[in-house]
Amino acid sequence: MFIAVSLAILITMGLALTRALAGPTTYDRIAAVNMFGTKTVLLIAVLAFLSGLNDLLDIALVYALINFIGVVAALKLVTQGNFHASDREERVVEKERSE
Amino acid sequence: MIIDILSWICLLAGGALGIIGGVGIYRFPDFYSRLHAAGITDTLCAMLILLGLGLQAGWGIAAFKLALIFVFLFFTSPTASHALANAALHSGLKPKLDMESRHD
Amino acid sequence: MKSYSFAALLFIFWIFLSGHFEPLLLGFGVVSVALTVFLSKRMNVIDHESYPLHLSSKLPSFFLYILKEIVKANIDVVIRILGWRGASVSPQLVKIPLLQKNDLGAVIYANAITLTPGTVSIELSDETITIHALTKAAADELATGRMSNEISKRVFEK
Repeated sequence: MFIAVSLAILITMGLALTRALAGPTTYDRIAAVNMFGTKTVLLIAVLAFLSGLNDLLDIALVYALINFIGVVAALKLVTQGNFHASDREERVVEKERSE
Repeated sequence: MIIDILSWICLLAGGALGIIGGVGIYRFPDFYSRLHAAGITDTLCAMLILLGLGLQAGWGIAAFKLALIFVFLFFTSPTASHALANAALHSGLKPKLDMESRHD
Repeated sequence: MKSYSFAALLFIFWIFLSGHFEPLLLGFGVVSVALTVFLSKRMNVIDHESYPLHLSSKLPSFFLYILKEIVKANIDVVIRILGWRGASVSPQLVKIPLLQKNDLGAVIYANAITLTPGTVSIELSDETITIHALTKAAADELATGRMSNEISKRVFEK
């Protein structure tokens, strides 16, 4: 039964992945990757029960956090063009560049 | 026994909702509507699958971890959706709106 | 005071996650907690807003309400994805007034809107929220302000 659920999650991941490949906009791709990541978390959790290795749940936990940070970072890179945290950092980088 | 059946129902319903959400990101016309379809897989689908696993695990550290995964997903998925929609709107991506039903 | 309760909570969290009681691992826990509290203090995030411990007693009631809304909205969107009974989508972009009194309320409200499928909050300003809704019915439902009232009632009333 766990196998059926993991198959369903894999199908969903496949659908999300094809949407990520198809686009058409960058935001579609990021949304699809976000969904892919959420499904990965669920898949790892199901696999933990399928294989009886409860430690895999910790990995799912960490993946849930990394996925979010990854999506936000990708979004920041796409919209802002860099990873600068603040205006101050921006100015420092600008200054170094001009020197 | 009853808990077993309940957990299988939860798991299967969760898996089905996941596939439906996946179909949704194909059928919907534009990026903003697709976010709603992705929202299904992030909320009820994740909830049901984690609940089903939690019922299988019983009380213990595994159930606690599943609950934590659930809480993280529930805090992060709306934030990511909002950030995506906001960034898309600011970048000038226009939503396809249904003009016929707007009379105001 | 807040940082002490924060540290205590983090340590309980550590014990629950590790499930080990060897001195070495508990020592690692103490070091991680100290580091986390130090960084949080340096980032100024241990305050009334980012660490809303005073709201934790309101969580169950809020959670039940939001769960009910999520299930309702999910069923609606699933029917629209599958196209049963000729159901279709009519995306809407609406601006609704923000009736919450403080920033925390606004964030909780916007979060609740985004969490229910069928509506996504796109932009927050001081007085309004811009919302993308999948259907006219969902947009109208939000425009009545029922959800905002429920959240004010369940989260902020004594």
